[in-house]
Amino acid sequence: MSNVPQELRYTKSHEWVKREDDGTLTVGITDHAQHLLGDLVFVEVPDEGSDFADGDDCAVIESVKAASDVYMPVAGEIIAGNEALAETPEVINQDPYGDGWIFKLKPADDGAYDGLMDADAYIEMVAEEED
Amino acid sequence: MGKRTPLYDMHVAQKAKIVDFGGWDMPINYGSQIEEHHQVRNDAGMFDVSHMTVVDLKGEGTRDFLRYLLANDVARLKDKGKALYSCMLNEQGGVIDDLIVYFLQDDFYRMVVNAATTEKDLAWIEKQAANFKLTVTVRDDLAMIAVQGPNARAKAHQALGDLAAQVEDLGVFFMREVDGMAVARTGYTGEDGYEIMLPAKQASTFWSQLLEAGVKPCGLGARDTLRLEAGMNLYGADMDETVTPLESALNWTVAWEPTERDFIGRQALESQRQQGIKHKLVGLVLQDKGVLRNHQKVVVDGLEAGEITSGSYAPTLEKSIAFARVTANIGTQCKVEVRNKLLNAVVVKPPFARNGKACL
Repeated sequence: MSNVPQELRYTKSHEWVKREDDGTLTVGITDHAQHLLGDLVFVEVPDEGSDFADGDDCAVIESVKAASDVYMPVAGEIIAGNEALAETPEVINQDPYGDGWIFKLKPADDGAYDGLMDADAYIEMVAEEED
Repeated sequence: MGKRTPLYDMHVAQKAKIVDFGGWDMPINYGSQIEEHHQVRNDAGMFDVSHMTVVDLKGEGTRDFLRYLLANDVARLKDKGKALYSCMLNEQGGVIDDLIVYFLQDDFYRMVVNAATTEKDLAWIEKQAANFKLTVTVRDDLAMIAVQGPNARAKAHQALGDLAAQVEDLGVFFMREVDGMAVARTGYTGEDGYEIMLPAKQASTFWSQLLEAGVKPCGLGARDTLRLEAGMNLYGADMDETVTPLESALNWTVAWEPTERDFIGRQALESQRQQGIKHKLVGLVLQDKGVLRNHQKVVVDGLEAGEITSGSYAPTLEKSIAFARVTANIGTQCKVEVRNKLLNAVVVKPPFARNGKACL
């Protein structure tokens, strides 16, 4: 089983979400997702200041063979994109929960985070998908 | 569960990611497709290509049959063991499959055809062979391992041990039988190396010997980026029965001479050659950031000018490249519609990379 940190929250589309002390959220893709995609070669992060609804596709990551969308885990405004990924997309493969973060957002509703899956629920979902 | 090659258990033991590939359970990578790609360009890698089909053609009518069946001319093969790349066409000049044919004896030739097309190929071959004296035997008792890269031959020789002396002088595009194995100096990566056919029962042992000699296992993912960089077409993506070799950058594989040789599809090709082709297959190199993918639209002066047939990230070039079928009068610049944006690309003549280096 891939690495699923307990302190993070998760989405059905394999994003992880971390709540920072100031209430903003940092988003990336899970270890499981990067493993499924394989070597990443291109990442397009959302523009700072753009607003998205919950579930909107807001970033693109491409591996050697396929392109995938990254979705907004909750509604909100993008406050930063990880521009370093443009030159080093492989960081997502190497450190999906650290330097491989994709964007940061300010949630429209502070409570939305609590509605996301916890680590155990995500592990269960992945196990079911693999069956 | 799909069909499995004699090396399937080895792939699982080596933690390969297995995917369905035309009905076969095949390794797509063993961890990192990009590392496997570099391994082949810079050192030596091996691919299980046992899913491909080996067909032996024997009998006094074999040569005449192949001169009728194939767009390239086996009469060009003067030396025993020599190989030839050819398309097999239908009457309309459409490509039924592309293949390699080896001249083994005056009455014995061997073909290697694609896995996904095997059934229709065999049906076509059987139908066309009715008036010729030959037997057609599918060699599903054989496994096939491609060992590719600048150090591939040296490492394969190490794995072959005492048998190595019998193949060390083998020329490019030649095959030689050695102790029940057929060693061919061919490949699909743009690197030197061998494709080795051997009895299925010996495949795992030989694979292990290659591992010990320092040859790393590589999946079909790396095989695809290597062949794309090397400018080699993939059947089903870059050509099929709806296009001719002339529209697929494969003019060089059509033997027009001697003019009296009547091969299937000749009339259609002759008339297309006279009228001039409307579409051709070219290479593209993306200049903007992004990745070219199959079926993306090529645009010139705001008008659709074709479609990408194979697109990917190219690890040797660290850029995205593609083959595209475009209008024959295309210039040197075009745009490609990538996720609702028009990105800039240059039109080039493949190959993009061979023998360890970019060649653009």
